[in-house]
Amino acid sequence: MIALLVRDLRLAVRAGGGFGLGLAFFLIVTVLVPFAVGPEGETLARIAPGILWVGALLACLLSLDRIFQLDFEDGSLDLLATAPLPMEGAVVVKALAHWLTTGLPLTLAAPVFGILMNMQAPGHWWIFVTLLIGTPALSMIGAFGAALTVGLKRGGLLLSLLVLPLYVPTLIFGAEAATRGGAGMAVTTPILMLAGITAGVVAFLPFAAAAAIRINIR
Amino acid sequence: MTKMERTKQSRDAWNWLWEWANPVKFMHLTGKALPWVVGLTLVTLIPGLIWGFFFTPEADKFGSSVKIIYVHVPSAMMAINAWAMMLVASLIWLVRRHHVGALAAKAAAPVGVVFTVIALLTGAIWGQPMWGTWWAWDPRLTSFLILFLFYLGYMALWAAIDDPDTAADLTSVLAIVGSVFAVLSRYAVNFWNQGLHQGASLSLDAEENVADVYWQPLVLTLVGIVALFVALVFIRTRTQLRRRRLHALELRERMADA
Repeated sequence: MIALLVRDLRLAVRAGGGFGLGLAFFLIVTVLVPFAVGPEGETLARIAPGILWVGALLACLLSLDRIFQLDFEDGSLDLLATAPLPMEGAVVVKALAHWLTTGLPLTLAAPVFGILMNMQAPGHWWIFVTLLIGTPALSMIGAFGAALTVGLKRGGLLLSLLVLPLYVPTLIFGAEAATRGGAGMAVTTPILMLAGITAGVVAFLPFAAAAAIRINIR
Repeated sequence: MTKMERTKQSRDAWNWLWEWANPVKFMHLTGKALPWVVGLTLVTLIPGLIWGFFFTPEADKFGSSVKIIYVHVPSAMMAINAWAMMLVASLIWLVRRHHVGALAAKAAAPVGVVFTVIALLTGAIWGQPMWGTWWAWDPRLTSFLILFLFYLGYMALWAAIDDPDTAADLTSVLAIVGSVFAVLSRYAVNFWNQGLHQGASLSLDAEENVADVYWQPLVLTLVGIVALFVALVFIRTRTQLRRRRLHALELRERMADA
């Protein structure tokens, strides 16, 4: 499992175009928003948690098709399927690798990008916390979507159509918690719900994703 | 009675249901049932709508706009029930590998999405004069919009995969996971915003429902829309089965030629 994780991380970092791209995309989205809505600090500060969450979500979406597609094309997915490691485990490891290369950098960058959005003091902390709790769910749900579309020639657009509706609950609770935290209100309920979604998703979706991969490579 | 006998007996007791899963029997049974279901649709939906539109009094606060309820409530109900039916059919396909299950789920999706769109549109048309807006981010409205997106994703996945069995498997998995997330979204959306939409128009345990004058034609249209859904799903599933058979025949022909 660790060997697979190291291999995936190495591929993501060295193959180019995967690792930094999501982060750059996130930065561009954050930069574009003030051009669209105007530079007034108050407006930006009010929408900052939502924009950062949507930006992180889209940046995450960008690299999803890489989770299984390359391995499917060069045949290593078939090898993984016959390996002693159960497919469920492989899915978890691949989702974890995706999170380490996409979700975690996004989480670390979000408070910094918050400055661009005129975010005020406790806001940075809360966007960091909510993304830290929420992005594993985004990676896992994305891995499920990638597993569904892995055999398809032009799966990219379909992948977004499948995955984005599944992101709705995570986005709602994550952005709500970030907004409330920034405004100094009670955050327990949305944070707990967000953590619950992440825990549930990590517990159950590997089985669905593994089933989808087995169907796709049979 | 041994355990084995008992399971066998219970299996026999359910046989009438699984008969439907045999494609040939399904064609036979639906062929017979279809005229009745279509007939039921005609005798409930048309009188129900005419009654509702022309022979109910105008409500004091809403004027004649209240009559959109005869389209809105039944289609909204069917939009959700169609998804539930797709979930059950998908489970039947995954567990028992009956093709009729997968094909019925596939057949129900476009019907369900049309009901969803009708519910959203009639709601918007009603909301404009009543709430003063075509759209509000009300929990019910938002959940329906999300349901619409789920339908789109489901149908797109069916359309994208060439091999019918793979497509059936993957869409079934998506239907199951999607159902969980649809319920989750419903609660998330409830938490996110308090609504404008009134409570359920009809429920058995509510003290106060819609007044009787409106309620009676509404029941007719509700029955009618269920019958319409069943009829459409029958027709579409029959088409799918025929197409499958045609495909098999073509393959056999080609094999014979080669």
